[in-house]
Amino acid sequence: MRPPSYWPFVVPALVVVLAIIIFPWVFTIWMSLNEWKVGSPTTFVGISNYLRLTSDPRFIEAVGHTMVYTALSVLLPLVLGTFAAVVFHQKFAGRGFLRGVFIMPMMATPVAIALVWTMMFHPQLGVLNYLLSLVGIPAQLWVFHPATVIPSLVLVETWQWTPLVMLIVLGGLAAIPTEPYESAQIDGANLWQVFRFITLPLIMPFLFIAGMIRMIDAVKSFDIIFAITQGGPGSASETINIYLYSVAFTYYDLGYGSAIAVVFFLLIILLAAVMLYARQRMVWTEIASGA
Amino acid sequence: MTPRQIIGKIGLWLSVFVIVSPAILFFLWMLSLSLKFEIDNAAYPPVFFPERIAWKNYADVLASNRFLTYFVNSLVVTGSATALALIVGVPAGYGIARMAAHKSAIVILIARITPGLSYLIPLFLLFQWLGLLGTLVPQIIIHLVVTVPIVIWIMIGYFETTPLELEEAARIDGATRWQVFRHVALPIAKPGIAVAFILAIIFSWNNFVFGIVLAGRETRTLPVAVYNMISFDQLSWGPLAAAALIVTLPVLLLTVFAQRQIVAGLTAGAVKGG
Repeated sequence: MRPPSYWPFVVPALVVVLAIIIFPWVFTIWMSLNEWKVGSPTTFVGISNYLRLTSDPRFIEAVGHTMVYTALSVLLPLVLGTFAAVVFHQKFAGRGFLRGVFIMPMMATPVAIALVWTMMFHPQLGVLNYLLSLVGIPAQLWVFHPATVIPSLVLVETWQWTPLVMLIVLGGLAAIPTEPYESAQIDGANLWQVFRFITLPLIMPFLFIAGMIRMIDAVKSFDIIFAITQGGPGSASETINIYLYSVAFTYYDLGYGSAIAVVFFLLIILLAAVMLYARQRMVWTEIASGA
Repeated sequence: MTPRQIIGKIGLWLSVFVIVSPAILFFLWMLSLSLKFEIDNAAYPPVFFPERIAWKNYADVLASNRFLTYFVNSLVVTGSATALALIVGVPAGYGIARMAAHKSAIVILIARITPGLSYLIPLFLLFQWLGLLGTLVPQIIIHLVVTVPIVIWIMIGYFETTPLELEEAARIDGATRWQVFRHVALPIAKPGIAVAFILAIIFSWNNFVFGIVLAGRETRTLPVAVYNMISFDQLSWGPLAAAALIVTLPVLLLTVFAQRQIVAGLTAGAVKGG
């Protein structure tokens, strides 16, 4: 039996968590069932806020933007972060310091870096178009054109969050035994073969965790998008989170905003469940094929 | 060295260069922008090393008395939210680890998944109803959403790795549970507390979304203040970049000097606030 006397240690935190995490959730669900606008009386409307979502073209468009943004913001950091981890796993002079520099984008204040990226994206005076002109690529409109705004924002997100993938995969690499590498060397495997057939399968669990975390963060990405484009031009980069902000704190339609918050949360859970399921399937296929 | 090893070395350094240069070039460019007069910042092709350095950009930002107010606001919000999180979160992490109550971590997970805006809607109404808007209290409370889960999560992990033998010995000597925690467990846990402290500070300092909704003119934190400085028709990039750099400098310094703790914390919990 566990002694009950550890409870006093937990109670203060429990009170805080109840107040700032559980209470908001319960209240949000309640609000989502009401017509709740700042400055007008509230009325219970049942699930009509949720029904409204299904025929709200701006919300549906926002879901699409979020999916594209998330897919790119998971895949690119995963690929680049794995490469960076393999490099940082080697021994070289100044590795510790350079790793510190490498993780600076992820620790820096997002709004501050968003500001500088905005300047770099400037079509006439921005340094990015200058760099492109050096290699003969025509000037781009970056975040100022609907067709390029999401890839441009993904560029910032990738720059910012590749380090987290790198750290997680680096942790995985540290746990790999050296024997498989020694035998691969004897067999004369080249670098790519070693990576593909030894390293990659062994770091798969870590890649999965990194992908999951990346997905959760990319779906609810806010600071970068809000500070650089506010969802524009037009609504070309309006993700669910940005739309949620407009509904709740520009139009002060808090009931409808709460419904979006609930659906948004369920969507993240659903995506996580799909990823878990895919991972499970993959493991079973590996076992079945004897890999 | 064989030719093969030399090629390997060159390849390695080339890879290191490719990986690290986006971060280095970005922050150097940020520094360059912040040290140039408008005429250099508006030049095309861009000027990388200005002939005249505009220290004035920094002086202007620091001299405006509003900036000092916002700096103090940031200090108060981040400081209070982190201190409160440590006070409730460290004992909680200890209790949860010793009771092996792993299911309680689900709440932390939910907090981790929930978008920050979801907390804002109900808490905004609550603060309005309590008449707290216009003070720093709402922001301190809502920053707990960021700091408390980080601290609890890291401390659970840390207390699970600290040895039980000392605590049991102290118990046999007649120490109460609180005395065991205070005089045995807590001193051993100092490195873990340092990790939790640093990460809580960084993610609270960086937080933006809570401020744009809850902060008034007098209660802005630095990220919100910087966001409000944007006025692109004036194109005053120098002071803007200087302000951005000042806001994020404490965090960048912390990253360089406490890299070990940050890496340990991020890979253990893979936490991030907001």
